[in-house]
Amino acid sequence: MLQLVDICYSTKDKQILNNVNLTFKDEITVITGANGAGKSTLAKIIMGILKPTSGKILYNGQDITDFSITERAKMGIAFAFQQPVKFKGLRVMDMLRLASKDKKVALNSYLAQVGLCAKDYLMRELSGELSGGELKRIEIASVLARNCNVTIFDEPEAGIDLWSFSNLVDTFKHFEDQTKGALILISHQEKMIELADTIIVMAGGNVEKVGSRTEILPTLSIKSCNGCGGKR
Amino acid sequence: MNNEELLNIVTDSAKFDGAYNIRINGKLFDRKVNDNVNIVSKPNNSGIDIYIKDNTTSQTIGIPVILTSGDITEKVLNDFHIGKDCDVTIIAGCGIDNCSSCTSQHDGIHTFYVGENSKVKYIERHYGHGEGSGQRVMNPETVLHLQKNSKMEMITTQIEGVDSTVRKTTADLMDGANLVVTEKVLTSNSQTATSIFDVDLNGKNSKAKLTSRVVAKDNSHQDFYSNVKGNNDCYAHVECDAIIVGNAKVGSTPKIVANHPDASLVHEATIGKIAGEQLLKLLSLGLDEKEAEGVIIDGFLK
Ligand SMILES: Nc1ncnc2c1ncn2[C@@H]1O[C@H](COP(=O)(O)OP(=O)(O)OP(=O)(O)O)[C@@H](O)[C@H]1O
Ligand SMILES: [Mg+2]
Repeated sequence: MLQLVDICYSTKDKQILNNVNLTFKDEITVITGANGAGKSTLAKIIMGILKPTSGKILYNGQDITDFSITERAKMGIAFAFQQPVKFKGLRVMDMLRLASKDKKVALNSYLAQVGLCAKDYLMRELSGELSGGELKRIEIASVLARNCNVTIFDEPEAGIDLWSFSNLVDTFKHFEDQTKGALILISHQEKMIELADTIIVMAGGNVEKVGSRTEILPTLSIKSCNGCGGKR
Repeated sequence: MNNEELLNIVTDSAKFDGAYNIRINGKLFDRKVNDNVNIVSKPNNSGIDIYIKDNTTSQTIGIPVILTSGDITEKVLNDFHIGKDCDVTIIAGCGIDNCSSCTSQHDGIHTFYVGENSKVKYIERHYGHGEGSGQRVMNPETVLHLQKNSKMEMITTQIEGVDSTVRKTTADLMDGANLVVTEKVLTSNSQTATSIFDVDLNGKNSKAKLTSRVVAKDNSHQDFYSNVKGNNDCYAHVECDAIIVGNAKVGSTPKIVANHPDASLVHEATIGKIAGEQLLKLLSLGLDEKEAEGVIIDGFLK
């Protein structure tokens, strides 16, 4: 269980998160909200990439606010970047091997889960030679390979084609059966939001709403815009 | 480190199924020739001529050099005369294990005459080792003459231990010739490395791709100079990527000159520290900073 207590984050001239209090249980939580609401910032604070200006992070009761990224990763927190990072010289295989704790699991299976054929991709370099969607899917695969207790995906659907998208939704649906941890999805997509046990809506650095899917989903304006996807 | 170990590092343990010529401490140590490849010493121990007959294919030819005692300074000229329609791999390289306090220096000039339609893969590795205070110096010079429609791929690697190196590569390309050079260099401590490329694209549809990936650590210093002239309807791409660790310095001085309206020449250079994002990604996989840095650098130079 992961708990955020009174988390604030500000840069020199801007307050980005205001007193965020949240609890993530071992279920699927979807965080949604307008661009700039502070979703990615929150995810980075959980991973330790950003240090909160004030407040506390508790992981299974332990205060990890001052823990480094590496320490958190080793404790079982994983984060898939909104924007995948490129590496010259590092192959897909190298990245997956670094990510995978269980050395026996075939790397192929992680690529299959994001709809990529291992034989076409394992040897490719994680550089600009891969398309944006391919890089994004490999980023997701690298985090699936980590098999962690708390896993955050920052807009996993971004840049992914429709066919792969529905596969991805299935992957997340089954994720729970396999890992039994907390799965946190940051998403604007209705299909993703529908996976949620709990939905968090953020706005302007604040938690606007938290509740179960049945409570929150009807209040989101997604469905009101018939077919055109008002939030897409 | 014994001769065999050093030899294996320099040749990356490649097996020479073709002809070879091994030079140890300034002297011929072993040589093998065959029907297609002849190797002949030049007068006064000044180098060798390698003759490769037309239509020679699938042979790996080795010409490694190692120095294991200090105070040797040698200059060697190796000329490769490669016939038409060949397809061969040539592995060269120099290893210096200098435990003494004197300088060991190997300067090699390798000249390639690559015949029409021939394909050559040339791999050159440089390695220095030894606790002694004596300098390990290597100054390789490569001269490439590429005939019509020939193709040369040159891969050079200098990993660790060479105190000072000036590498010079000169090439001229005829119609349809294709040159691909990939250079990897790692310097540390107060080592210096300079790489100079001079390429003349004289032929129609000739192509050159030069890639330099280097890592400079500690107080080391690297300089990259390229001078590529497009004298015909041709294409060239020059790329210099450098990672700086610590207080190292790297300079990149590109020059591309189009002397023909249909010449298309591109140059790209990136110099900087390891990208913060790359470190963050690897840290988030559970690596510590040292490990992450190692993974990024090893990958970059692989
Ligand atoms: N380093 C920074 N300096 C200044 N402002 C920043 C910085 N990082 C983020 N912000 C601002 O903080 C706000 C929240 O950014 P964040 O990336 O968390 O939004 P988000 O909810 O993930 O948005 P999106 O849906 O577009 O991904 C934005 O207004 C952004 O401009
Ligand atoms: Mg975001």
